[in-house]
Formats: sequence, structure tokens, C-alpha cells
Amino acid sequence: MSTRLSKGGRLIDRATPLNFTFNGKPMRGYAGDTLASALLGAGQVMLGRSFKYHRPRGLVASGVEEPNALVELGRNARFEPDQRTTTTELFEGAETRSQNHWPSLEFDVGEINDKLYKFLPAGFYYKTFMAPRAAWKHLFEPVIRKSAGLGGAPKEADPDRYEQVYAHCDVLVVGGGVAGLAAALREGRKGQRVWLVEQTAHWGGRTPVDGGQIDGEEAADWIKIALQELESLPNVTLRTRLMAAGQYDHGYVIGLENLGDTRPGADVPRHRLWRIRAGRTITATGALERPLSFAGNDVPGVMLASAVRDYVVNWAVSPGDRVVVVTNNDDAYRTALALLDAGLSVPAIVDAREESHGALPQVAKARGITVLEGRGIARVLGRTHVTGVEICMQAGEGGATQVLDCDCVAMSGGWSPVVHLWSHCGGKLSWDAEHAMFRPDPERPPLGAQGQPMVQAVGAANGDLQLAAIMAAAGLGAVSSDEAPMMPVWQMPAGAPDALRYKSFLDFQNDVKVSDVQLAAREGYESVEHTKRYTTLGMATDQGKLSNINGLAVLSDALGQPIPATGTTTFRPPYTPISLGAIAAEAKGPLFQPLRRTPIHDWHAARLAHWEPVGHWRRPYCYPRSGESHRDAVNREITNTRQNVGLLDASTLGKIVVKGPDAGRFLDMLYTNMMSTLKVGKCRYGLMCDENGFLMDDGVVARLSEDTFLCHTTTGGADRIHGWMEDWLQCEWWDWKVYTANLTEQFAQIAVVGPKARTLLERLGGMDVSREPLPFMQWAEGTLGGFDARIFRISFSGELSYEIAVPASQGRALWDKLITEGESLGVMPYGTEALHVLRAEKGFIMIGDETDGTVIPQDLGLGWAISKKKDDYLGKRAQQRSHMTDPSRWKLVGLETLDGRVLPDGALAPAEGFNANGQRHTQGRVTSTYYSPTIGKGIAMALVLNGPDRMGEVLEFTGTGDTRISARIVDPVFYDKDGEKQNV
Amino acid sequence: MLSLTCPCCGITAEETEFHPGGEAHLKRFGPGSSDDDFEGYLFGRKNPKGVHFERWRHSHGCGKWFLVARCTATLEVFASYSAQTTTPPVDVIKAIKAKRPDWEGYA
Repeated sequence: MSTRLSKGGRLIDRATPLNFTFNGKPMRGYAGDTLASALLGAGQVMLGRSFKYHRPRGLVASGVEEPNALVELGRNARFEPDQRTTTTELFEGAETRSQNHWPSLEFDVGEINDKLYKFLPAGFYYKTFMAPRAAWKHLFEPVIRKSAGLGGAPKEADPDRYEQVYAHCDVLVVGGGVAGLAAALREGRKGQRVWLVEQTAHWGGRTPVDGGQIDGEEAADWIKIALQELESLPNVTLRTRLMAAGQYDHGYVIGLENLGDTRPGADVPRHRLWRIRAGRTITATGALERPLSFAGNDVPGVMLASAVRDYVVNWAVSPGDRVVVVTNNDDAYRTALALLDAGLSVPAIVDAREESHGALPQVAKARGITVLEGRGIARVLGRTHVTGVEICMQAGEGGATQVLDCDCVAMSGGWSPVVHLWSHCGGKLSWDAEHAMFRPDPERPPLGAQGQPMVQAVGAANGDLQLAAIMAAAGLGAVSSDEAPMMPVWQMPAGAPDALRYKSFLDFQNDVKVSDVQLAAREGYESVEHTKRYTTLGMATDQGKLSNINGLAVLSDALGQPIPATGTTTFRPPYTPISLGAIAAEAKGPLFQPLRRTPIHDWHAARLAHWEPVGHWRRPYCYPRSGESHRDAVNREITNTRQNVGLLDASTLGKIVVKGPDAGRFLDMLYTNMMSTLKVGKCRYGLMCDENGFLMDDGVVARLSEDTFLCHTTTGGADRIHGWMEDWLQCEWWDWKVYTANLTEQFAQIAVVGPKARTLLERLGGMDVSREPLPFMQWAEGTLGGFDARIFRISFSGELSYEIAVPASQGRALWDKLITEGESLGVMPYGTEALHVLRAEKGFIMIGDETDGTVIPQDLGLGWAISKKKDDYLGKRAQQRSHMTDPSRWKLVGLETLDGRVLPDGALAPAEGFNANGQRHTQGRVTSTYYSPTIGKGIAMALVLNGPDRMGEVLEFTGTGDTRISARIVDPVFYDKDGEKQNV
Repeated sequence: MLSLTCPCCGITAEETEFHPGGEAHLKRFGPGSSDDDFEGYLFGRKNPKGVHFERWRHSHGCGKWFLVARCTATLEVFASYSAQTTTPPVDVIKAIKAKRPDWEGYA
């Protein structure tokens, strides 16, 4: 039975008790407790059920490597599953619940799986759910989904705040143990900008628990002195509760700082994600103790030896009254001594080594502890908690030589340096046979931007496991007990039969046992990466921190090869899980993406426009009136524009000024047609292709002066086309004298469209906008109604149309004035959908509808816009390739449905026969399709095989489901074929 | 995430401040070129493990294109230099040779 000891506990404040609940049961801990120490102190040994077999589980560890003791924490919007109790600090009112059982922790139906273990080996899913195929959807998947997953999922939006911050330093020291403190001191004294980060709330790492002297002081005192000096250095930044999650290229490190976990609802960011650029990283991340593989090593009460002494020394919690220590090394003897110091009983230390006469074993023996040498644990007795252990010969097959009563087992299989950050970015490891561990190979470190080593490992993270060695490497004297060599033990006992190996767990959370890894090897899995995925070893939320080395040692043994030949799986960030909230931080809601707003945006919003996202803009799709459907609104806007006058906010249109002596020459290369011959004062429609020949943007170019052109681009293309221009000017024709400037946001642009457009402009007064001074495809500058206007007579609707550009600051006022003055003319705004229908009625193409990155201008009947005179333009060479000149390329046509219906977008015209993949041949597809209120029926544009030669032919197009819709091939210009209306 | 220095404005910044533009020093082939030359220009790209020359644009900074000589295996940056050159400059070649004596040179 675990309990709180009456005295001691260096991290707890007994004056500040904290209340919390576990499965609804009220419990009490102290400030300084973790959830784990508080639960254990309150007598709760069993904390959850395992994932696959639903075996009872309790705490194994005291830190980040804990695989079992995960709980659901909080409720409602602050509910979170899988919270690691060993790293979550206790706070007042914490609500915790155990996971992975039904109906209760004590009685769990899923435990039946544990009896069926022989039928649930590694790869069970892959082997079982293959056939029959139909069973997957209706039987296997529903059942597996119900039993899969660890903990529940929160159902409400996260109410907490998260933030991200950059930091830059010369040296980042990760880990605030004695090695990290010493490294930070050394670098700080040299004047380096140092960041020292520690994932827990406390400095000093393991040393205050394990003891020793540094630089003539007791370790705990030296830590205080070191901290005082570090705090006094202005170039050193110290942060606790900050976990360095990953080391990336060129010194980039991600860290997660915990600010608000213990203060739900406080006005602080819950987590802060640090993006640190460090000249160098020094990893002082310590080492993790390994479990031993014996039958029943997962029964609640079997814990790591280091964890047992952590709970006793740090939090004054006794994991049990009678603790059997089982080990293959000297370090675990510290646990036995700590237990004795706390007044607890140690029935025996079971040491797998034939002899143990290091300094620590001698002290233990002198203090009267029974040391059983050359022995191991055959099996643990008990199910929901340890009741005893069977002792056997380590070299034997598990025959019990004696039974010891106990309620806790402290196990130690040796230590593994935490090499994660070293390895994330390419640092290599070497095998240390003496300590049976992988350690950083200083000859093969991760390299930085200049090819220099960017990570250095120190202390236990570097494989120095004893205090004296750690501090000697840091240039400091230290005293610690000498430790005799450990003995690698991968299976206890060495000759354990099947029955024992079936219950010897490697990966506690995923229930992977020694027998599973051996099975994988027998089935041909040789790569450790494959074995990991097949058995799920190391794939749990602890990511193999406990199981990795033991697992690959078992695999190596099964494959008959040395451990370094097997190697490790890849270490990938993050070191421990980081919250999704911190990854998103403030980039959510309105801040997820900046919204671009035209000067007239607020007017649209006030009219409750239905928005359409276009790039980063929001454009009105239509302006529905009360009770009006979107479709009705669009039809009304179209009809009104055709009959009266419509206004379109065209401010989002790209406006790029191209200026310089070589501007004409440059635009001749960018556009398919000739721009250098354009007269000042005139406008010309142009096409731009990429070097593959495909059409990528279009727009009207106006020549503003001899050396200045204004290029209009599509809304979505403005930035891209400006970048495209700059690319060619900077990287190919850098000696051409041309400047470009993207003035898209500097101007508001309003299209005044319809037969009454001129009347409306005349009402504003000022510039003469009649046909003679300002004919179709020309532009003029002047004052219109008091505004500084540049008016383009261009039309994307087929109507009489003026596009009026004014400085952005005047845009809203001009719009308001047009609305007011146009009231008696029936002026109405129209949105992007009306714009689309208006242009489709005129057969004008739309980039992104008629083009999809595989269409060339020639496909679209735009040959008239391709200069025959020019030697070169971007895309010209590609358009000469055989596939581009193939007469069987699909060509643009118009479609009219026979029954007036609207074709579905993207509908295909099936042809006879099937292709090699058994798919029906096709002979065309719809690129744009609308209801035309002007024509009174469904119209469409389509690319069709030999289309222009098939005028009048009726094709069948796919409708929804199996239906077909008949449509007649017609000229794509449905309205005003001669262009008389736009040219008045 | 890489850290690159823009030779135009001199700023060393995060990779996210830049935009990659593929292989550097491509020679453009236009009308009149052979099918093979044109195909090579459009689609033929080196994919070396080791020294490589790339185009980058300081898209969230000064807006200028520049070139980077970089090791694709270790991500070591040998130099960043002006885009206004058709071949790597001599000092860039020297800098690479100093770090990679076995490098066969720019071809």
C-alpha cells in the first residue's frame, strides 16, 4: 500500500494542501506534488488499464517516460485526455479520471483480452482482418473503432490562449541538472548569450536525490550557488517548465513552455511555443532508467528504481511498505538505501550479477539488507497490485527458489542517455558495450549552417553516468560513490520459457511483450523500423523512452546479431508531446489568415453581401435583398446590369505598373501578343503563358506613357504575376531597363456597367466620357465628380462599361456618389456571380475556369491574341511542341441545354469505348456553366474534341447519378455577337 | 528550418521569409531550339546528394532573387550570391572547394 510519509519530501509544501479528485473520489495532496505523487500518496496504486489487454496498470516512472499513468484531466472545454500524471503539477480542484476501461477501473470487461493473449499476438490486426472484404466495413471497423483510442476526445472549443515567441542566443543549454548548470556557467562566464531551459519546475535534475558533493559542497548547496551566479549574469536567461521538443536544421529549436496548466482560467497563455535560433545547443538532458523484462513486470507496484527513490525523497511518498529491489547495476542500491532512510523495509536486493561488491552494495550489506546475487525475478505475484515475487536463478529457466512477500518492486535495467535532441538533426550514436547503451558519437555530430558541429552532449546525456565523471568533464571536482560495472540483462531469467516471456512487457502502454518481438523476428522482420511498426513497440505516447533499447536488444538476440548491427529507430521531434494549441497559437479565427479588404468592403458588409473568398480577399458574390434567394439576387443583378446600370467593386483586380525604356520589349516577352506597338492612351487585352505554353493569366494593358504600361491581372494573379515579372527581370534579363510596381491596393476601381452607364457618369460631371473623346478600348485621365479618376473603357460584360480607378482613399466616396446619383437610373451593385454569368454570356474566358494549367490559348479560340510577328515570347517554344499543335486537342465551344437545365460543373461528355484502365472514353468537359437570365436557359462553355467543327451537334453530358443531359454545341458568344452594345 | 542570408539586403532570416525557386543557372531555350534542348530546359533537373545551386527569393523581405550554394545532404550553406550571373562566381567555387575538396566542380 502506498502512502504519504510523515516527514521529508524536499519538493512539497505541507503547509499548502491541495484538493483534487480521482474518478470522483476526493483526495488531497500538497503544493509541489505532481498528480502522480499526489495519487500515490493518497494510496492509489492502480491508475489505468493497458491499451490492448486491459491489464491493471500503475505508475512505472516519475518523469516524462511514464507510459501507464495517463489520465483524463478537467471537464467540458478544458477536458483533456492522456495527461501524463508524472509531469502534470497538482493544482487545487484538479479533476482526474482513469482511462481505457468499461465500466470501471476496478472491473473492466475488456480484461477478457488478457485471457486471450495467445490469440492476440503481434500483427494480430494485419493477420485477422484480411477477409472477407465486406466484413471490414460492417463488422471489423466499427468494433475496432470502438475499442481504439486512449481516453476521450474533448467536444468543445479550447478556451485557452496560446502564443509563440522567437528567441536568439549563442548557446542553448537544454536540461537544468548539474551538467546543464555547469555548462551554462562556463558559457555564461565567457559572455555568451546563454539560454538554460529545464522541463520540470526544479533545478538540479537527479543529483539532489542521488547525492554527492560538487566543488567541495553538498550537491544541493552547489546547485543553489550555481543558480545564484547564473541569475546574476545579464547574458544568461533561465527558464523552468520549458521543454526543448526538437532540434532542427541550422540551430533551430522548438520549445514548449508551460505557463497556465496549474491555473485553469487564469489570464495567461496556457502554453508558449518558443522558436529558438541557437548558435550551438548543449544537451544536458540526462538519462532514463530502463525496466527489466520479467514476467509480471507491469503489475501495479512494479516501478523503476529511480522512480521509487524519487517518490520517497522528493515527495515523501512511499510506493510500498516492503520493496524488493531488482537490478543489474549498482545505482539501484541507492533506492534501497533511500527506503531504509525513510524507515521502510527492503526484504532483499535481487542482483542479476554473480557478485556485487561495489561501494554501494557494500554499504547496503553493512546496513543489513539481504543481497541475492546471481538471482532474478521469475514472476511477480498479484494482479491489481504486487503481493510478492518468485525469486529464481538469473542464469536458469525460472524455477522459483523462494518467494518474497512485498508490495512494491523497484527495478533497474541500467540507463540510457537521452540522445533525442542530438539525434533529431543527424547526430550519430555509438554503442557503449560496457554500459549497454547508445551514446552520442562526438566524431559525428549534427552539423550547422557552416558545416560546424551544432550540438554537444554533456553529462549523463553524453553517457557519463556518474557524478564525478560528469563534473570532471565540466572541469569541476566531485565526489560520488564508485559504481561497479553493470551486466546487460534483456530477459529475466535468461532462459525464461514461453509462459514467462508472454508476460514480460517491453512497451507497457502498447502491451508489447518479449514474445511479440521474438515472433516478429521469426516472421522475417529484420529491420528495427519494420519491427516497431509491426509490433507497435515504441509507438505509444511515450515513444519508446522505456522500451526502445530493451526491445531492440531482444530483436538483436532473436536475429543473432550484435545490438549496434540492429541500430535504433529514428528519433523524431517532439521529445514529449506538445499541445496542438501551441502549434496553432494565435493563428486561428480572424487571425488565421489576414483578410484583404477593398476600400468599399464595409459598404458591402453593411448591405449583408454574400461573400465569396477570392485569394485573401472577400468579394461580394451577390447582394440578396430580404427574402431573396442567392440565385434570384444574381439574376436580378444581371438583368439590371443589362437593362439599366450595375456597379462592380473591381478594386481587387491586379494593377502592376511596368516602366522603363525596355518596358515594351519586356511586355512583348511576357504577353503572347504585341504590347510594344500599343499607342499611348489605348488599351489591349493580353494573355500570359508560362514556359510550358499554358495560359496562366489575362488582363487589359493600358499604355500610360511612352515608357509606362499599366498591366491589369486577375484578382488571384496579382502577386503571382508581379513575382513572375520580377523573376524574369532579376534572373534572366537583368540588363533590361525596367521597373515594376504592384499598385493593386493603391487604387480603388469601380466598374460602371450597362446601357445607362454613360448617363450616370455624366451626372457626376467633369470629364467628357462620350464616345468620341473616350471610345472603346481607350482610357482617359481627369476629374470626375471631383474625384481624381483614370477611366478605362473596357468591358467584361459586353455592355457599355467604364472602369474608374481612383486613389484608394477616394474609392468609398466615389462608390457612394455613384449609388446616390444613379438611384433614379436604377443603379444596383452586382457581385462576382453576376460578373461570371455576364462574361459567360459573352463567351469571355475566365482564368481558373476555362484554364486549369493544361490549356493553351489556342485551345480557347484565342489565336487572334497570339502574335505571329514576334520571334519569341514566354511559352512560344512550348506551343510548337507536337502535343500542343495536335489537332485533336479539345477546343472551346458554347453549349445550350435542350431542355433549358443547367449542366453540372465539370460534367463530362462520354464517348464510345473504354480506355486501357477500363474507364469510359470522353470527348469533352464543361468548364463553366450557369443559368443565363438573359438567354432564359442553361448555358455553358466546354472543351470538346473537334468542337468548333461540330456546331449544332447534340452531345450527352453526365448529370447527377446516372442521368444524362443533352446539350447543343454552339458559338460560345451567346449575347450580342457583333459587340455593338459595348462599342456605343 | 534553414537560416539563409540575402546577399541583396544582407539580412539573415528564417527559411519561411524566403521562397525557393528550384535549380539555379538554368539556360533558357526558346523558339528555334531543338526538342532535346528545350526538354532539358523545361524538365531536366539535377538532384545531387551534395553540392547544389538553388534560386531563392527574399519574398517577405526585399523581394530580390538570389542564389545559394548548399549541400543537400548536410544542409551546409557555402555561399549566397547575386542572381545576376549565369555560372557560380569564382569565390563561390573556391568556398565550396575549401569545404568539399572532393567536389567535382560546377558542370
